[in-house]
Amino acid sequence: MNQTLDTIMDILKDLHEDVDFESCTTLIDDGILDSFDIISIITEINSEFGVAIPADKIVPENFNSAKALAKLVEELEDI
Amino acid sequence: MLFTDFSFILGVPLLFLVYFLLPQRFRWMLLLLASYGFYACSGLENLLFILTTTLTTYGFARLLEVLAKQRNETLAAHKTEWSRDAKKAYRDKANKQRFVWLMVCIVLNFGILAVLKYGAFTVNNINALLALGTDTQLPVPDLLLPMGISFYTFQSMGYLIDVYREKHPAEQNPARFALFVSFFPQLVQGPISRYDALSSGLYAGNGFAPRRVLLGTQRILWGYFKKMVIADRILPAVTALISAPEQYDGVFVFIGILYYGLQLYADFTGGIDITIGIGQVLGISMTENFDRPFFSKNISEYWRRWHITLGTWFKDYLFYPLSVCQPMLKLSKWSRDTFGKEIGKRVPVYLATLLVWFTTGLWHGAAWNFIVWGLMNAVVILISEELHPLYIRFHKKFAWANSHAYDGFQCIRTFLLMGCLRMFDCYRDVPMTFRMFGSMLTKWNISALFDGSLMNLSLKVQDYVILLAGTALMFAVSLCNRRGPCMREKILARSHALSCTLTVLLFFVVLLLGAYGIGYDQSQFIYNQF
Repeated sequence: MNQTLDTIMDILKDLHEDVDFESCTTLIDDGILDSFDIISIITEINSEFGVAIPADKIVPENFNSAKALAKLVEELEDI
Repeated sequence: MLFTDFSFILGVPLLFLVYFLLPQRFRWMLLLLASYGFYACSGLENLLFILTTTLTTYGFARLLEVLAKQRNETLAAHKTEWSRDAKKAYRDKANKQRFVWLMVCIVLNFGILAVLKYGAFTVNNINALLALGTDTQLPVPDLLLPMGISFYTFQSMGYLIDVYREKHPAEQNPARFALFVSFFPQLVQGPISRYDALSSGLYAGNGFAPRRVLLGTQRILWGYFKKMVIADRILPAVTALISAPEQYDGVFVFIGILYYGLQLYADFTGGIDITIGIGQVLGISMTENFDRPFFSKNISEYWRRWHITLGTWFKDYLFYPLSVCQPMLKLSKWSRDTFGKEIGKRVPVYLATLLVWFTTGLWHGAAWNFIVWGLMNAVVILISEELHPLYIRFHKKFAWANSHAYDGFQCIRTFLLMGCLRMFDCYRDVPMTFRMFGSMLTKWNISALFDGSLMNLSLKVQDYVILLAGTALMFAVSLCNRRGPCMREKILARSHALSCTLTVLLFFVVLLLGAYGIGYDQSQFIYNQF
């Protein structure tokens, strides 16, 4: 989980360097990430992990925090 | 039938009365009857199309649910017996089968929409190409366009995709599903509802609740105020400005932008207020379609606050699936390898944005002006996205860029920018729109504003007074609604008597100042045409 989370953190900080991704759990609810950011994250994740996040997984619960995203990536890797 | 028809205005209160008098379990049936009655008024032949969409969507959604259940049962039965790879292979095969059935239903329903709405447009364009080299011309089909077909098709397909994604179960009762597709207030111009948000209220048969009925009635009256007092009053002036572009150029184009912005806002939000108000009286909660859009500071924000349900539909069912599909990810990877990381990550976003806005333009109408309008929106959004880092640096460097005054400047800038884009919708002719835009920038006939020309636009002094007062009132209500409960709830919380008095007052304002009566040609709601 730690390695996945570290990579996710790098991807997120590359997008918005001034956001505290370690503690923030409302990235979607508070509008910090928009739809363009989401697609960039999915593209980066696909490039880094070889995991394709399907459209039906693009819901606030999966993108509201770095930890939720790392969990989603690991779940998809396990399938 | 229009919301402004007397038969509708008299029929809806009657429906409320019967609805509350009926036993709870029959109430949704009354709504179904009323919805089909309302729809039949637009032409009995239209029923065939809405019934086709209803029955096919209902049937395919049930099929998708059964297939998902079979898949889950098979996987559970072989949980220990099958290897991980065997389970994955089975799951992929089962999902592929479900996807094929999903696409059959989607192609069928969007196919009906495409043929009816875009058949003539497509043939006209083919004929234009044929005329370049041959004498052959194809016959242009003159097809029926059922009322609200774009709205109910999108709503039904959204439901089907949600069942496919197993977001919620399929509706088991075909009659109840028919009500979800045809619920009469939203047939005219939306909002495009989601099944999980609308269904509970729709079938609950909520009883009479004085507070809810009062607030809903106020919202209906507020909608009629916007539509009949503001939108329909300014309509003749907008028509005059657009229909004689040679006469009304230069500064009149700018006036047209302002007038049309006001008309469109009052017309569309007014119609949605009536829709959501009817729902509120009946105890049916509907998704808001607007969030004070003219207070947006940039075009992306504007589109998150204007026609929200259409925007979220495109985002959830087209933009995301398109951006993350395998071919797009492969293209992104190839772009990364060829042009570098920065370009590679932009490819899916740019392509999906252009395609979504092309479709959004097409959704609004089968004409090139709508397609160009959609693509222009995409271009502005993408330029704005590219300039985003610059904006951040600008706001960090200059403290005044974070002031309320600068916020106000951004709102006005966005309003004007959107107004310029809306010119494609106004003039409905792409070269003409560019010519008029050029004339606005180059012909400085500002004196025309003070020589009485504005009084020749079918508007008298009293019309301007009413329009100014009405616009000020809409602005004040929007300001009041920016935080906490809406203005109607705030007034009701303060005083029941004041709330009731204002309701009666609003009724008489609409009655006395509404643009209607003998000789008055009621205008169709603008979004009814889409």
